[in-house]
Amino acid sequence: MSGGADGRPEAQMGATSEGILERGMGAALRALQVLAGSDLLDRLGARKGMERVLFRATRDGVRSAARASRTFTAVQRLARPARQSPVKSGGLFDITPDDEQQMLQEAVRSFAAEKVRPVARDADAALATPEELLAELTELGVGMLGVPEQLGGVIEHQAAVTGALVGIELAHGDLGIAFAALAPGAAATAIGRWGDSEQQAAYLPAFAGESPPAAALAMLEPAPLFNPLLLRTTARRDGADWVIDGVKSLLARAQACELFVVAAQIEGSGVRRPGLFIVESSTRGLSIQAEPSMGLRPASTGRLCLEGARVPAGALLAEGAPDVYAECVHRSRIAWCALATGTAKAVLDYVIPYVNERVAFGEPISNRQAVAFTVANIGIESESMRLLTLAAASRADTGRQIGRQAALARRLCAAKGMQIGSDGVQLLGGHGYVKEHPVERWYRDLRAVGVIEGALLL
Amino acid sequence: MISLETPSRLKPFVSQVHQVAKEVLRPISRKYDLQEHTYPKELDMLAALVDGMNEGGGIGGAGAAGVRRSSDRAGEGNRNGSNLATALGIIEMCWGDVGLLLSMPRQGLGNSAIASVASEEQLKRYGGRWAAMAITEPEAGSDSAAIKTTATLDGDEYVLNGEKIFVTAGDRAELLVVWASLDPSKGRAAIKSFVVERSNPGLKLERLEHKLGIRASDTANFRLEDCRVPKDALLGNPEIDVKQGFGGAMQTFDNTRPLVAAMAVGVGRAALELTEKLLKREGVEVDHAAPAHAQHAAASRLLELQSDWEAARLLTMQAAWMADNGRPNSLQASMAKAKAGRACVEVTLGCVELCGSVGYGEDELLEKWARDAKILDIFEGTQQIQLLIVARHLLGKSSAELR
Repeated sequence: MSGGADGRPEAQMGATSEGILERGMGAALRALQVLAGSDLLDRLGARKGMERVLFRATRDGVRSAARASRTFTAVQRLARPARQSPVKSGGLFDITPDDEQQMLQEAVRSFAAEKVRPVARDADAALATPEELLAELTELGVGMLGVPEQLGGVIEHQAAVTGALVGIELAHGDLGIAFAALAPGAAATAIGRWGDSEQQAAYLPAFAGESPPAAALAMLEPAPLFNPLLLRTTARRDGADWVIDGVKSLLARAQACELFVVAAQIEGSGVRRPGLFIVESSTRGLSIQAEPSMGLRPASTGRLCLEGARVPAGALLAEGAPDVYAECVHRSRIAWCALATGTAKAVLDYVIPYVNERVAFGEPISNRQAVAFTVANIGIESESMRLLTLAAASRADTGRQIGRQAALARRLCAAKGMQIGSDGVQLLGGHGYVKEHPVERWYRDLRAVGVIEGALLL
Repeated sequence: MISLETPSRLKPFVSQVHQVAKEVLRPISRKYDLQEHTYPKELDMLAALVDGMNEGGGIGGAGAAGVRRSSDRAGEGNRNGSNLATALGIIEMCWGDVGLLLSMPRQGLGNSAIASVASEEQLKRYGGRWAAMAITEPEAGSDSAAIKTTATLDGDEYVLNGEKIFVTAGDRAELLVVWASLDPSKGRAAIKSFVVERSNPGLKLERLEHKLGIRASDTANFRLEDCRVPKDALLGNPEIDVKQGFGGAMQTFDNTRPLVAAMAVGVGRAALELTEKLLKREGVEVDHAAPAHAQHAAASRLLELQSDWEAARLLTMQAAWMADNGRPNSLQASMAKAKAGRACVEVTLGCVELCGSVGYGEDELLEKWARDAKILDIFEGTQQIQLLIVARHLLGKSSAELR
């Protein structure tokens, strides 16, 4: 691995004629080179961990383009479903990521700065993230954090904290692109966490394979006052099948998705409770509608319409257990908090040089308390957001109750994140309102944090 | 490994302090709020108990005894030490009563100052005695570099002259840590702290204040008239080091601000818990699974207050944890103090509002906590001072550029 970059001319790496894997490898290796430049790798004695994180780059074989609707077939079924084991808490208060998390954090951070941020404005305008960029992010393994090791995953233990750290770094580059890149991982994580061995065998190998499918965790519905516990989408029993009807909102890359995990109200014999269903894109009765919105535009958001969509009995995750559904709601909120945190930090990092350089009335505007205090509050609240996010995620990894902590994090991140987005534009004044600067995009993207339920999952 | 839970090692200590707050402080909380300037004699026994805790496990006390920095600990791996333990203890005590905590013998902010900057010899000399902190003057509050109290060397003694106001526990303490300038023409660098015996004839009590809250705690105003203290009553380095500037005197704050933030966290939690209980009787409970907009407006408001309080709590723990690990924390200490100070005011006032006249009346403690809360956004550096410090750190500005 360490010699992998040798003999691979730089010019060739970027050549458009190359396969996705080649380019992906290039990205991973370049990320590694950034790290190798500092002596961090050796200082932490973590070179091996890094290799695991960049595992995909070492895979052989030529990738074929993904088909619109692949057939998901169980290759090899385990006797029992595979699960990532809970992290055993050391019992100490600590805000330092472990060595492996630091490696991944640094890799994603440099990737976000070098690859994501520079294309974010165009991706926002184009309502799409470049396929090559998504492929490179896939190569980095960011969508695989919730897949058990036995099924091709890379992380033995539960990885909500790791996922949150990745989300923070990626959203520092761009929130919409981070959403596009991380959304398929939500479906994989749901099946990894709650799927039975049949469901895992049928779907997870595809995520661990050469060309992982686009996928979505479809919970949100187009309704004011949406409540994920009271869904309009219904699933009713018909013989051995489930028949699902309803509309799901703001799915990342809905058009490209081959697999959905759909939240629907289970109806029957006096029961009414939400559950999660695995629905393949080739299912009859499915249609996709573009749903361009205020922000998240690089994620090509769309709606999924289900009209009499018929899925087999085995499509229901965890037999519709209410606690599993609640956990899914909580974990997705933490994931959105991570993205909000990253973008809030991006606002802070962007406004600092601006207010220091911008001169009005003969001195930098940051010499004025009205400006300086706004920056201070962005700093304080973005730090609050980070701590609440990590607190919730670390509780998730150690198997503690997370409902309260996730709700607090969501409330804070939605409110303060939006305030920070607004302050970011305000500090730049008229310049903040135009697309020369990214703050207007962050303003639009940060509004999503209090709006979306589901879609991401740690 | 990232974990933001209360360390399991400290849980017995936290629950012990909580019991004390519940059994000793809460029952006398209203009594001493109504009887301002009456010494809470119940605290003498409690103070002895706290002394025992401090000596016992090296675990840090419920007050301010154990906040000496451990700068030599950097790189030795994660440490949960006395700063974190003390912050957690203070949260519990202030859940009981913040005014009474401030009146705890031998747990004053002056003790923190001594613990932070005293020499080993001074530590021994002043150890086990109750020390208050005297910084503020009638014309120098937040602008503590502008203090006018002077200290003039005369043989083996310094002679102090000036006026000090808002000295918490000033009348009851045995020692006062007084800020004074060796040479007012040399600015911040000349400001030093001096330990003055309360019994010193040159230290004259002017009056005790009548206050909005923390009425169990006495707030004294003093005049220093040719107040003579031995030369070695000066804490830290007697040289006027212009380069080091204010740093020496200010470094105390990096340790004490997380502790004052912890007070705010404790008061805020008391108000939240009682409000949750009172609203539950009315059939209103926060449902943490449902979105805020799908809940009763009161529940949604409570959720908002809880989230700000939680942020204050975690920022406070982070700042204390950094001090334990020898990491520079003055940015995080000010962030914690700023957030906790304002969250505490917002939370307690919000709880009074939610509970109506039950919150506003003296039958419950909610109105008292809302009065107590306000000082926590003022002393040990006001909200505005914390924002200045945070802004200077983030923007890379000096105090001359950002005033």
